[in-house]
Amino acid sequence: MSLFEFFADLLNPSLSFLPKALAVAVMSSIVCGVVGCYMVLRGMAFIGDTVAHAVFPGLAVAFVVGGNLVLGGTIAGIITAILIAVFAQNRRLKEDTVIGVFFVAAFALGIVIISQAPGYAGSLQQFLFGSITGIPDSDLYVVGITGMLVLATIFLLHKEFVSISLDRESARALGINVFVLDLVLYVLVTLAVVISVQTIGNILVLALLITPAATARLLTDRLGAMMFLAPVIGAVSALLGLYLSWSFDLPTGGIIVLTLTVAFLLAWFFAPRQGLIAKARRSTGTEQPAVQASPTSPMLEARQ
Amino acid sequence: MTITVETPLLNVADVSVELSGRLVLEHANLRVDRGELVGLIGPNGAGKTTLLRTILGLLRPAGGRVQVSGKDSRPGRTPIGYVPQRHEFAWDFPISVSNVVMTGLTGRLGLFKRPNEADWHAVADALERVRMSDLADRPVGQLSGGQRQRVLVARALALQPSVLLLDEPFTGLDMPAQELLTELFTDLAHEGRAVLMTTHDLASALFTCDRIALLNRTVIASGPSSEIAADTAAWMATFGVGAESTMLRILKVR
Repeated sequence: MSLFEFFADLLNPSLSFLPKALAVAVMSSIVCGVVGCYMVLRGMAFIGDTVAHAVFPGLAVAFVVGGNLVLGGTIAGIITAILIAVFAQNRRLKEDTVIGVFFVAAFALGIVIISQAPGYAGSLQQFLFGSITGIPDSDLYVVGITGMLVLATIFLLHKEFVSISLDRESARALGINVFVLDLVLYVLVTLAVVISVQTIGNILVLALLITPAATARLLTDRLGAMMFLAPVIGAVSALLGLYLSWSFDLPTGGIIVLTLTVAFLLAWFFAPRQGLIAKARRSTGTEQPAVQASPTSPMLEARQ
Repeated sequence: MTITVETPLLNVADVSVELSGRLVLEHANLRVDRGELVGLIGPNGAGKTTLLRTILGLLRPAGGRVQVSGKDSRPGRTPIGYVPQRHEFAWDFPISVSNVVMTGLTGRLGLFKRPNEADWHAVADALERVRMSDLADRPVGQLSGGQRQRVLVARALALQPSVLLLDEPFTGLDMPAQELLTELFTDLAHEGRAVLMTTHDLASALFTCDRIALLNRTVIASGPSSEIAADTAAWMATFGVGAESTMLRILKVR
């Protein structure tokens, strides 16, 4: 199927779920891309995975009682995030240990709850691996508003997030409330996960958070450029992934993640400064003066 | 020398600190006056970092008080510049030198506020002071150890603090970098700040610091470097070594 036919399908009224899926997928990737930058820079990938699993019992409850999935997932994710933040204050246990406890517990709870619903296997699969059909109109608004809220919060708290990511002790000495900001960041991660679960699924959502930010990190040494590139890479991959998935009748979540992974690998090999090719060229040729990584890369140019 | 009853810039008065039920500092007394570089020396686990954290107001003393210019220390309210050990900082973060220095103003700027021109001037001044202006746009990950240490000092200076706390600034640096920094710290102190520095480098501390404080759970001795160097008993008490230890012999050689 050509890209043109794909756009025609997007406008086809009988396929109205398709533009909705595209909107949700693109919005999710943008929000996840921005939030993911902090996660990649702070080494929070494991926390992201945890949150992705932690929202599951909330989704399950919402599904069983027929409530709003975004709301249910958010509540469950926030409760888990708070539990982790509080229990991690105990110096005897490392944070990743506490996470390991709650993350699996939350997921287990989700499985038990959802098994109470009729048609359990199908809905479980839909949660775990995502589905582009069946996004209700109301979710469009919820996803849009939630996404805007997350982005606005990041815009307002950016300098605090940077300060606590660089060096927590000095941030405390400056009178910054590190604990509260950590909680806010966890909540933002939770919201990003919850709005993304519909299209990409519970397990694969981690890729939406981590891969675009990791790719952007390979391409630049500037935080601003990174936080611009990550959502762009995510959104383009979501569009491309949805197109491929629709054309070849392949699972959407899986294809989007694979598209992101290809982008990551391209950056790994072709990034202007840190890429393998650039390194090989530098080591064979004369040493070049340090130049800033440009925000554009061969990969992005090829894509546009 | 005339004796004045001026309140010291930094006054640690009879401070005891408890960490998870254990008394780490007991009745510690220390004062650092304007224009002084004071070296804080003690073995590992003596409570040096604990003392610094207490001065910053991050730990609440179980007894006694910490005052800066006569006022109790509170995080974000007291003009103290803090330079942590280099490994505490995320050097792989994609951020430029000047933006790191700007984070020193985060607390004062307050929530939701963006830096204005005066703030960027403060950053430029701080970078100028540590002679890093020409590297202002460089990503911090590309700096050498000595340059990184100077960035951290500039970040602490951005708030124009009257008290500066340095935690092991020389660890892992080569001699030229150490000497450059020593000169900087001496100048910063003699310009009218109170500078307190923890260090493991006993010999160079005795040469460069105006005063030395020996710490092991409390301040065992403090005074002008030459006096402290001669006080064999205090060194033995602080480090738990015998009269014939290599460390004491090195001290006597100077």
